[in-house]
Order: sequence, then structure tokens, then C-alpha cells
Amino acid sequence: MPQVASIAVSILFDGLAYAMFLFITAVGLSVTMGLMNFVNLAHGAFAMAGGYIVVTLTRSYGVGFVPSLLIAAVIVGVASVPFERLLYRRFYKATDLEQVLLTIGLAFMAIATFTYFYGPIPKSVPLPNWLQGDINLGFRLFPSYRAFLIALGAALIAVLWYSFERTNIGAKIRAAVDNRRMAESVGINVDRLFTLTFALGSGLAALGGGLAIQLFGLSPSFAVIYLVLFLIVVAVGGLGSLKGTLLAALVLGVFDTAGKYLMADAGGFFIYAVTVAVLLIKPAGFYGRE
Amino acid sequence: MSVAALQVQGLNRAFGALPVTRDVDLTLEKGARRALIGPNGAGKTTLVNLITGALKPHSGRVLLDGEDITLTGQAERARRGLARTFQINQLFRGLPVLQNVGMAISERDGHGNNMWRPLGSSRVIMDEALDYLDALRLTDDALKLVRELPYGRQRLVEIAIALAQKPRVLLLDEPAAGVPSSETHLILDVVASLDPDIAILIIEHDMDVVFRFAKEITVLVQGAVFTQGTPEEIMANAAVRAVYLGEESHRGGRHG
Amino acid sequence: MAASEAKPPAAARSQARERAVAYLTSRHRFRLAEVLPWVLALAAYFLLPDRMTFGGQVLIMVMFALSLDLILGYAGIVTLGHAAFFGIGAYTVGLLAARLNYSEPISGLIAAALVAGLIGFITGWFLLRYRGLTLLMLTLATAIMLQETGNLRSDISGGYDGLPGLTIAPLFGVFQYDLYGHVNYLYVLGVLAVIFFFVRRLVYSPFGQALTGIRENVRRMHAIGSPVHRRLVTVYTIAAAIAGVAGALFTQTNAYVTLTVFDFDVSAKVMVMLILGGTGRLYGAFAGAVVYMVLEDYFSKLSPTFWQFGIGLLLVLAVLFARRGLLGLIEDAGRYFARGKP
Repeated sequence: MPQVASIAVSILFDGLAYAMFLFITAVGLSVTMGLMNFVNLAHGAFAMAGGYIVVTLTRSYGVGFVPSLLIAAVIVGVASVPFERLLYRRFYKATDLEQVLLTIGLAFMAIATFTYFYGPIPKSVPLPNWLQGDINLGFRLFPSYRAFLIALGAALIAVLWYSFERTNIGAKIRAAVDNRRMAESVGINVDRLFTLTFALGSGLAALGGGLAIQLFGLSPSFAVIYLVLFLIVVAVGGLGSLKGTLLAALVLGVFDTAGKYLMADAGGFFIYAVTVAVLLIKPAGFYGRE
Repeated sequence: MSVAALQVQGLNRAFGALPVTRDVDLTLEKGARRALIGPNGAGKTTLVNLITGALKPHSGRVLLDGEDITLTGQAERARRGLARTFQINQLFRGLPVLQNVGMAISERDGHGNNMWRPLGSSRVIMDEALDYLDALRLTDDALKLVRELPYGRQRLVEIAIALAQKPRVLLLDEPAAGVPSSETHLILDVVASLDPDIAILIIEHDMDVVFRFAKEITVLVQGAVFTQGTPEEIMANAAVRAVYLGEESHRGGRHG
Repeated sequence: MAASEAKPPAAARSQARERAVAYLTSRHRFRLAEVLPWVLALAAYFLLPDRMTFGGQVLIMVMFALSLDLILGYAGIVTLGHAAFFGIGAYTVGLLAARLNYSEPISGLIAAALVAGLIGFITGWFLLRYRGLTLLMLTLATAIMLQETGNLRSDISGGYDGLPGLTIAPLFGVFQYDLYGHVNYLYVLGVLAVIFFFVRRLVYSPFGQALTGIRENVRRMHAIGSPVHRRLVTVYTIAAAIAGVAGALFTQTNAYVTLTVFDFDVSAKVMVMLILGGTGRLYGAFAGAVVYMVLEDYFSKLSPTFWQFGIGLLLVLAVLFARRGLLGLIEDAGRYFARGKP
């Protein structure tokens, strides 16, 4: 392949994989923030927790990588329910600031706890053979793991899209995001809906955390470092929008990857410049409501 | 002919595909006492929002004392003498009543840019604020936080703030709304004794209030002016009764 | 309506008037208790001479938290990028000293205030049209972009390794900075006192009251003719300038600065300090910064992990039970005991 095209393909491929990771982890945050207007800065901690569960399962119990991902998602999803019911619920009507402080505090506690049990040194995860090395897609070799990530992301997008657009419960969620009071008045139990979406979102975050280990390594500070990225994806995409989160993940993922490829030193700059540009023009994000 | 205090010409506004204000013309002469009535959802508050600048119209003009203020922002309109009260109180609930009113005076006279001399040292502002409180029998509540007052008295503070702006045009959005019936007379007494030079537009549902207060009435239905006239004319108008009767049969008649 | 009074209504009303006027015209006057933090600060100088380096850093944080109180506590604007102005101030002094060999302290402070204030003005003008998550993200992104820009030209900025070869000229050409930070401490305390004087006046002025109005009900402020955006940009600029001075003092007292001054951590830390002390009270910055820095100094040496857990827990508890911070708790306690008296 010619040099420029080859680089472009690499950027697109890596950018797509990165975007899938961003989408999977951030989509739960977008829906819960759009549904309940709740700023949850502990979302990154859920992702981190998922990652550590995967590490423990694969390293200490010999469970396979993919099954570990699923188990971690379920564990974190279920464990998030008491958080929502007992703590978060009391703050839905609170100010932005109070929500920010509460969830930052929880994130700190989570990071400290995991540092205590796992130590600060980044962890890696043993991958099955078929996820190591490269895969031949005909015209080029691509890293298998990233290909897996893209395929998994696409599958999840399809499932989520179907659930949102075609199922009863998806319709209820969309209605509640659009106009909560109206949804309540037609008999939708918004409280239970939120617990469900919160659990789902946290589970997906855990999945994303598990998937991120191979990309970035896992250490407790993951919870805060990548939180910024998730928040940016959510803000740029628009709260409560599946489409928005996906578009934002793609745009930001590809831009960031391109930046890092083409200008190694300034790499990090792009993603924030794009964010500022988008938010100045469309403060509610691509598909957000004012 | 002197220039009208407030003029609205051909005002149009839609929310998406839904028109909420349709080609509205309205004139308030100096000293006007006009009521804006209409069934629920007629777009009365939207019209007030358009007049005050909280909303921008899609077409049409708004003139204050003959000056075109259609492109002027809300705050600037307030500074030029346009005051309003909100249907649901918009007060500084965590601050004392006196400070609520003082805030309006401070902004009116441009003190808000003063970063040096303490507000409290300005006896003039304090005295004037207290005058307004006196006029509305709120003096005893001067130091109480707004949120500690019963709703009816909070509503009075809402009016006090508007008055403290020394407006030439005053828009009152259902001033008695949410006030227990034992206290509505407080509001009404105040409204009745307002400066005769101020042009006042009052949105009201309670017909007793309307007929006691208004010299002219504008009926708004589905965002458009249905008809205008004196209270007698409106009362005798069968079409108006039909528009309201339709609503009354839905709600089983009005109280009071 | 009010029950009948023993006195005729007119006299009673004028009595209420006098009380109201007396209260509001005396609110801005100095209360005796306000001397306390300054007395304590001076006492520390004499009683804890070997902790003066630490003391200087605490005072710098007080100033930084004070600047945040203006926008967060008084104007009610929540941002996540206040560290940007701290960093700008720090680097203004740092670059002047390391690259241009200019390190006169007082003029360095003024330069830092001007640069930080200018950036505050420009960014504020654009960003303060937004609120909520949008504003949080925009301010956070701005701070990170500044940091990344510094990283890009690490040849100028020194990157995360820091600016090398920083020396600071003696204060007033006479007082050389000593190893134990004595001169530093008094210098920072002096600057803090001057800045505090101006901030205090600002807060009780009509402008300061207008900020409170904007915080309490911005819709109402628009309706009474307040130029809200202009007010917000003004206070944001002032707060940025003060944060810049704090940053400048940081570089001057440490004779060192790295890009970590722009970290999100720094923005979060100063917010935590202010919340712990109590927002919108000026002295909350004192209480919060002192308590936080002392606790951090003690616990993070013991175990950084326990410290992080502790501060997270403290934050959660504060939001749940002590929303108005330490000063709020003290106020509540005072009211509780006052009620108990006959």
C-alpha cells in the first residue's frame, strides 16, 4: 500500500478501536446523565473496578479473558444498584456542584481502596491466543485485539440500537430522557427505569475497563485520567443520546489517534480543541437537547 | 397623539412546528390598565416573554415609548423602564426581603458597577427600599429571608421588586396565582393603588379581578388576538363566552 | 396579617425600619472575630519557626481558594479549570526569571496578575455564556490545553521536569530569601492581607451583592436589568488575576515550577478546600485551606492511600451532612447553643 494511504488506514483502524472503547465505556454515562440529570464523576471508577475484576479472574482464577469480561460487567452492574438506590437517588435534585463533589469523593475512595489491594503499578491481562498477534484482513495485517474491539463494539452498538429503538423498554427510556414528567404521567416508572439503565451503564463501563487493560494498562488512577475522556465524549455527543455518544466517540477517537500519529508531542491537544470547538457552537453537544 | 408606552406589532413566534404567538398587535397607552385573558395554553405568558425580551420573536416589532426595542436584550429593556413579575415567584429566596428590593434599586441606578463602597452604607438605597416595603406592608418582614415568608407575602415581594424598578410599563403575570384566597385582597389592593402613570398589562384568570381592575381587555386564543374591548363589551360578547364555556365544561366551572 | 401591636402602627413601622437599616448598614463593618485568622497567622510565625516553608504554601493556598470563592461561592459559577490561572501566574514569574533573567518579586506579581487576568477575561468572555456540564468541560479542556501547549514547547517551559535555574531577586532589593522560609512567609502574608482587603470590599459593594443575586436567581437579575454576562466576566477576570498572584508566589517561594501546576488535581484540590471551609464566606478559604493542608501534610506522609481515601470520605460526608462547610458547622453550633440560653 502507498505510504500515505497506509498511515491513513492505520489511523482509521486504531481510531475506530479507540472509539469503540470510548463508546462502550461512555454510553452508560450519557444515558444516565440525560435521564436523571446527574453528574456522575465516579463512572470512571466503575470502569476501573471492572478492569481489576478481569485481572483477578484471569490471573488468580484462570478464567478466560472473554468470560471474565462478561462476569465483571455483571458483577459491577449488580453492585452499582445499591449505590444508586441508597446514595445517588438522594442527590438527583441537588445542585451540579453537590453531585460533582459527592461523586469525586466516591471516586477518590474507590481509587484508594483499589490501590490498597492491588498496588499502584499498572497491571496487564493475559490474552487468549486468538487475540494476540495480527489478523489478516486481505489487504493488510491488523492487530487482532483491536479488530476484536471493533467487532465487539459494532455488535454492542447493534444490540443497543435495537433495544433502544425497537423494544418497549427502549421506548420508555427514550421517552423519559425526552420529557421525564410526561413519562411519569403516562405511568412509566422512571425510578425503576433509572436503576436499570444505571446498572446497565455501569456494567458496560466495567466491560470497557476490562477492554482497556490491553490498550493502556490498568492502574487505579485510570478512574480519573480516563474520566475526563468519558465526560468529553458525553458532553460533545449530547446527554442521553446513543447516536450522539457514538458520533462523538468516533470523531474524538479518530482525531486523537490522528493527532498522536502525526504530531507525537502535541497529540493530546487535538481532542480538547475539538471539544471546545464543538461545545462553543453546540453547547448541548451533537444530539443534546438545550 | 402622544406616543404609546408600549406597542406590539405583528409579533410571531413558534416552538418548532407549533405557533404560539400569531400576528399579535397590542397597544398600551400611558396609564393603561389592560387585562390579557384567554383559555389555558393561549400563549399569554409567551407573549409577555416576547415583550420583555426573554424570548426572541420570529417576526414583528416591539416598541417602548416609540423606540424599537425588538433587537434589544432583556436586561436593557428592563433598564429602559419595562418591568415584569413572574407567574411563579422569581425571588432571591436566601436573601432578606429588604435586600431583594435593594437589588432592584441598585441595578436601576447603575450602582452594580461599584466595587468599592459598601452597599449598606448607602442609606438612600435602603430608605427607598423601605419605602416600597412600607407601601406593601412588608416592613416587619424586611430582615426575614424570603423563603421564610408565606407564599402570599412572597408574591408581594415579587411586586415590590418590579415597582422598585420605577417602570413605565409593568407586566404582571397572574399576580394572585398561588395566593390563598384569604390573602388575595392584599395583592389586589396593591395593584389597584399603583401609580396612574404606569402602563400596566395584567394576565389574569380570575374575572372578578379583571373587571375590578381593567379598563380594557385583550382576549388571546391559541396565540392570536381573539378580540379586544372594554370590560362591558367583552362580557356581552357571546363568542368570548363560548371560548371560555368550552373550557369551563371541561373543568366543571370556576371557583370563586 | 400581623396581629395588633401595643404601639400605634406608624411608630412600630419606623422602629422596624430603623432595625432594618441598622442591620444592613453595619454588615460590612469589621467584626472582632475577623482579626482572629490574622492573629493566628502571625502567631504561627513566632511559635512555629521551623514550619515556615510549609506555612507559606498554606497561605498561598488560602489566596488561591479565596479567588475561587469569588466565582464559586459568590457568583455561583462551577468550573473545573481554575488551576489554569494559577499555572499562568506561576509560569509568568518562572519564564521571566529563567528565560529573561528578571525576577524582581513585586513587579513579578503584578505581571502575573495582568497576564492571568487577561487570559481570564478572554476565556471568561467566551465561556461564561454556558453553564452546567458544558461549562465544566470547557473550563477543564482549557486548562488541559494550556498544559499541553506547555508540554509542546517544553524547550521553553521546561515541561514536567520544571524550569531550570530559577533564582528570585531579593524582596525590595534587601530581604534575601532564606532557607527557612521566614522572609517568604511574611512576604506572602503581606500580599494576602492586601488582596484580602480588596476582596472584602468587593464582596460588600453593590457589585458583590449583584454577584450574590446572580447566584441566587439569575433569571430575576436579567429581569431587573442587570448586565449579567458583564458582571460574571468581571469577577472571573479578578479571580483569575488573584489566582495568578497565588501562582506567582508559588514559583517565587519555591524557586521552581513544573507543568503540574496545571493539573486537574490542583483545580480539584482548591475546590475541596473551599467546600470544606465553606463557600461564600471569604473566611471559608482560610479555614478550608489550613485544615486541608495540615491534614494532607500529616496523613499523606503516613500513607498516601489512606489520605486519598480519607479526603474522599470527608468530601462525601461534607456533601451529605455539612453542606456549608466548617464555617457553616460552626455557625450552626453557635446558633444551637445560643438558642439554649434563657
